[in-house]
Formats: sequence, structure tokens, C-alpha cells
Amino acid sequence: MAGIQMKNIVKKYGDGFPAVNDVSIDIADGEFVILVGPSGCGKSTLLRMIVGLEDITSGDMVIGEKRVNDLAPRDRNLAMVFQNYALYPHLTVYENIAFPLRLAGASDADVDAKVREASATLELDEHLDRKPGNLSGGQRQRVAMGRAIVRDADAFLFDEPLSNLDAKLRGQMRTEIARLQKKLGITTVYVTHDQTEAMTLGDRVAVLKRGVLQQLASPRELYENPGNLFVAGFIGSPPMNFLPAEVDGTKVQLPFGTVEIPADRAEKVAGRGLLIAGIRPGAFEDASLVDEAKAPTGSTFRAKVEVVEWLGNETYAYLPFEAPPEVQKQLEQLEKDLDGDQLRTQLVISLDGASRVREGDEAEIWVDTSQMHLFDPATGENLTVDRTRAGRIPELDGPATRTTA
Amino acid sequence: MGNGSALRKAGIAVGALLILVWCLLPVAWIISLSFKSQESITNGSPGFFPADGGFAGWDNYVAAWENDQFRRAIFNSIGISLIATLLSVIVATLAAYAIARLEFKGKKLVLTTALAIAMFPVVSLVGPLFDLWRAIGLYDTWPGLIIPYMSFTLPLAIWTLSAFFREIPWEMEQAAQVDGATSWQAFRKVIVPLAAPGVFTAAILTFFFAWNDFVFGISLTSTEAARPIPASLSFFVGADPFNRPASLLAAGAVIATIPIIVIVLVFQRKIVAGLTSGAVKG
Ligand SMILES: Nc1ncnc2c1ncn2[C@@H]1O[C@H](COP(=O)(O)OP(=O)(O)O)[C@@H](O)[C@H]1O
Ligand SMILES: [Mg+2]
Repeated sequence: MAGIQMKNIVKKYGDGFPAVNDVSIDIADGEFVILVGPSGCGKSTLLRMIVGLEDITSGDMVIGEKRVNDLAPRDRNLAMVFQNYALYPHLTVYENIAFPLRLAGASDADVDAKVREASATLELDEHLDRKPGNLSGGQRQRVAMGRAIVRDADAFLFDEPLSNLDAKLRGQMRTEIARLQKKLGITTVYVTHDQTEAMTLGDRVAVLKRGVLQQLASPRELYENPGNLFVAGFIGSPPMNFLPAEVDGTKVQLPFGTVEIPADRAEKVAGRGLLIAGIRPGAFEDASLVDEAKAPTGSTFRAKVEVVEWLGNETYAYLPFEAPPEVQKQLEQLEKDLDGDQLRTQLVISLDGASRVREGDEAEIWVDTSQMHLFDPATGENLTVDRTRAGRIPELDGPATRTTA
Repeated sequence: MGNGSALRKAGIAVGALLILVWCLLPVAWIISLSFKSQESITNGSPGFFPADGGFAGWDNYVAAWENDQFRRAIFNSIGISLIATLLSVIVATLAAYAIARLEFKGKKLVLTTALAIAMFPVVSLVGPLFDLWRAIGLYDTWPGLIIPYMSFTLPLAIWTLSAFFREIPWEMEQAAQVDGATSWQAFRKVIVPLAAPGVFTAAILTFFFAWNDFVFGISLTSTEAARPIPASLSFFVGADPFNRPASLLAAGAVIATIPIIVIVLVFQRKIVAGLTSGAVKG
């Protein structure tokens, strides 16, 4: 077992485009770290550089105490689960799991003991003599995991392991992986573009955008203190709402009316003019359902509700608004970065299932402004971020940590 | 619907029967011929079954087998064809793997040259090779035949195999490397088994070419030291040079077919086994 340190890792493919650009991540021994980001942001490339399937253009990859940049995959002692599982179709499940052991020259007795232990853990006992081609997606997934856990690897690497499974199985396998990692206590790097997996599995999550590390923090820190617009928009489902905001003292002018924000936040954005306010759907509530005790931490406003989706335990309501061009442009760019296609500016709010708000109503909505963030529309930087509870945000650390050109 | 499919089944059966008859009739006729006595053929015995008194039993087979030159030719053919096949498949597998996996300068050139060689008329090479082989001492030796067989079968084998290799996902190999395999181990334990159907297809094609070749066999040999079966059969002459011993030839031809059938049956099982174990994802 070992920790993994990435220092200023850069990867340029043949065309000179940096698929991974100056990424530094320090993974402690036994830690579960997620690499997350929209498709094409360089997650797989980074993972493949850890395991040695891709050359590192510059920077240092250190596993344990050893710099491994120039080591072949087989000399790095890492186990990887591929997106398409990459099982050997000509071998039985047993031999698939035994493959790394056989290569290492283990004795038959040793191989048998370890394979059976792994197959018992993954409930594959009755499939050991079958070929992968005859297994279901979930079973293949487990065989791939078996092949990984059977050896005493220094770390596990997963590349979107659940993306080929249906939703129900994905949920099951997700808990399975979490359980297994806890049990084995092995350093794990897990690539996904699914933010549920990112939020539930990882000790820490690294958010990447176009090859650049945006923020490295615990799931809660990412959710509560996103470093910039991109992270704020990527983490959370339904995503955070972004509204044009004009700050004057502790008063913030939103398209739906004026709300009050806490003084400490107001201080950070004093005199900045037009900003983008980020408010999570869950920060809103039907004003008539808010506790007396909670009400003072937020403000209320009245707005027309266009669409209502009642889901039983909660209700989603959609409120359209107009944004000025500066904000509009930044939001469109953000949508592009996030792989999204939502072109309308609308507020999505999540209300209690008991709410009686109807489509077309002019509803009284309460918003918890203590959770509201304010972003610079030009740079996307989060001006109200609490740096003590936001993990690491390379962008804000300044150029000091950057050593490579 | 049921009617239509029944009709279709019948059509397929009739078609298959026609093709079978078309292909197997000459074979059946050779077998029939090989059981007729030489005299009855000279006297004219046009029927499929031997005329009265014209049945020779195993006589022709015994006579062919007792011919030392023919026995030696069988040995030559089997040896030369197997060695040519083995070498050709090994070289083609390595070459095809490189072509499928590596980006290198001149890859197109290699592939087009290979194709050009495959299209080259065999006969045009016989003269030069004859001279060359005499000069360097390869005339009338096994290598003297193995080398031209390889050069004519390699291109097809390389094309067939590189198509197979391209179908195998890169990830297979990368998984093997992460599991601790060297490039060579990954190739041998994962890639080659997965390409087995292609390897055996290439092997069968090569073997057929070598086994059936007549032009090189007759031109580049002079004694039984290297003469293969097809060439050797042309030396079957009876007492009367104007009246070739047809029944003896037929028996020789049948004997020459047996190894081919055995080899096809053996390889065919491998091909089928390889094809059914192919599925990777889904
Ligand atoms: N072999 C390659 N050659 C050139 N560019 C590549 C190669 N592999 C990936 N890329 C590029 O690198 C970027 C990151 O790819 P990847 O790491 O696969 O993204 P992700 O896994 O996050 O979806 C993409 O823009 C992709 O087009
Ligand atoms: Mg990927």
C-alpha cells in the first residue's frame, strides 16, 4: 500500500493540446480520491498516467517513495478496472482472476486460495468455470474487480467502472465498491463523470475542467464552498441556480426582488457591481412552510411559477427570469463547459412536498441567503468562498505552486 | 409466414445439395476410378461402378503405396508443407501484430508490397528461381521449396491476421500489462489466443497452397530428395508411356487427399472454438 503524489503533471498528446495541464494532487495512503469532470476533461488520461499506460510529458508521479515516471505498468504494482472491464474472453472467470497471480509466478495452491477468497468476497463462486462472454454486465464488473483485488496491489484505479451498467445495478455496485475499499483500506483513485458517484464514494474529490484541476476537496466542502462557477455548476443535482445580482451593502438585488445576505459575505463583495449569485435549489422553500425559528436567516420574495413537478416528498418549481447580457454570456459559456444544453435562464427550486404552489401562481418563496454564493462574472471566481472549508483551489493559490511553464 | 419459411428451407437444402454434388462429383469419380483395374479402364469402363471383373479392390492403393518414390513424396509434402506453414504463420503473426498496433513509417508500403507479391504470377518466378537455386545450392532441397511457398503465402496471412488483430481491443493488452505482463507475455497469453481463429485460418490457407503446388514442385526438384506429391504423381508411368496408369494415379490422388482432410478437421475445430469465445463486452 502506498500514497500517490502527482506533482505538476502535464500531458500533451501528439497535436500539442494539453489534455492534462499542471495537475498536482497528493493522495494519502488508503485514501479514496475521485477524479470528476465532464467528458474530455482529461480524467482518463490522468489515471492512465498513474498506471503507466500513458507517458507523462512533464511533472513527477510518485507512488510510495518512488518516482515512477519511467516505470512500465507491470513494475508499478497497481490494479486497474477498465470501463469495458477488459476481461480475457478466452479464459474462464477463475483464470481471469488468477491471471495476475500466474504472471507473478504464484504456486497453484496459492493461486487457488487467493482466487477463492476473492470470488467469495464478490459472490462469484458459482461462475468460476464460465467464460466472461456468458456473464451479465454486473457479473463481469465483479470479475474485473476480482482480478484487481486478488493481488496485493499498492492502489486501485477505476476508470468509470459503472458507466456500462443500468441505474439499479450501478447503485448496488457503488455501495459494493465503497464497502470493499473500506474493508481493504487500499488507496483508490476513481474516475467518473457521474456526480452521485463522486459525492458518495470519495474521501476527497478532484474536479477537472479541460485538463486543469479546479478544486480538490471533500464532497461536502465542494457542495458548500465551490471555488468557482464551474465547480458550483458541476456539483449538485439539480444544479445550482445562477442569477444576476447587484450588491448594495447587505442587500442583494435579484431578478425576483431584494434579499438580505449575512454581513461577512457582503463585506467580501463590497463595491463589485454586477455579480452572479449562486443558490442551490434546496435553499428555497415555500414561505408558508418555513419554521418560525428558521425564517430570519433568509428573505422572502414573490414570483410567478411557470412549471411545477410534484415528486411526493418534494416539489420542483421552475421560475423563468431575464439576465443582462454580461451575465447571460458567462452562463452560456458555463453550460458549454458543463456539457449541458439548457439555454433558458430559469430558477429551479425545490420545495417541500406539502407545498400547495400551483403552476401559474404568484407564490411567496423563502430563500436561505446564508448559503448563497456570489461569483465574479468575468473570472467565475467565487468571491464568498470560505477558504478554510473549501479544500484546495489551485486557481486561488496563485502562481507560486506552478513550477512548470 | 410458416409457408414462406418452409419454402425457404427447401430452397436452401436444394441449393446446398447442388453445390455438394458439383464439388464432390469429381472426388467421387476419382475414388471410383481408384478401385477399377488398369485393364478395365484401358478397355473402356465408363460407369461409376466397375464393370464385371473390373473391380481391383485395394490393389491400386497397395501398388501406389509400394512405390518408394511416392512414399518418399508423401513424406516430402507433409514435411515441406508443415514447415512452410509453421514459419509463415509465425512470421505473419509477428508482422501483422506490428502492422495492427504500431504506427511506423512505410506501413502502407509494406502492406501494398505484400499485396503486390500475392498478385504476382507464380510461373514468372520459376525461371529465375531455378537459376538462382542451382547457383546457391538450394535446388532440389526442402528449403528450396519452403522459401517460395512462404513468400507467396505470407502476404495473405499478414492481411488476414492484421485484420484479426485490429479487432482486438487495445484494452485487453493494457489490462494484461497492468496485471504484470511484459509486452511479450501480453502478446502470447492474451493477443495470440484471441487471434487464434485468424492464426488457424492463415495456417490452413498456407498449408493448402504448399500442399497443392505443382509448378514449383516440378520445376525446382529433380529427385525424390524434395519432390512433393503433385510432382511425383506426374512420374507415375506404367509400361506404356502413351497410356498412363489412370487407376494408379487415382489411388495416389486419394492418398494425397487424406492428410488435407485430417488437417482441415483438426483446424476447423480450433477455428470454431476461437470464434465462439470472442465476445468482449455487451
Ligand atoms: N490518444 C490520444 N491522442 C490525442 N488526444 C487524445 C488521446 N486520448 C485522449 N485525447 C484527448 O485528451 C482529452 C482528454 O481525454 P480523456 O482523458 O479521455 O478525457 P475523459 O476521460 O475525461 O473523458 C480529450 O480532449 C481527448 O480528445
Ligand atoms: Mg474517460
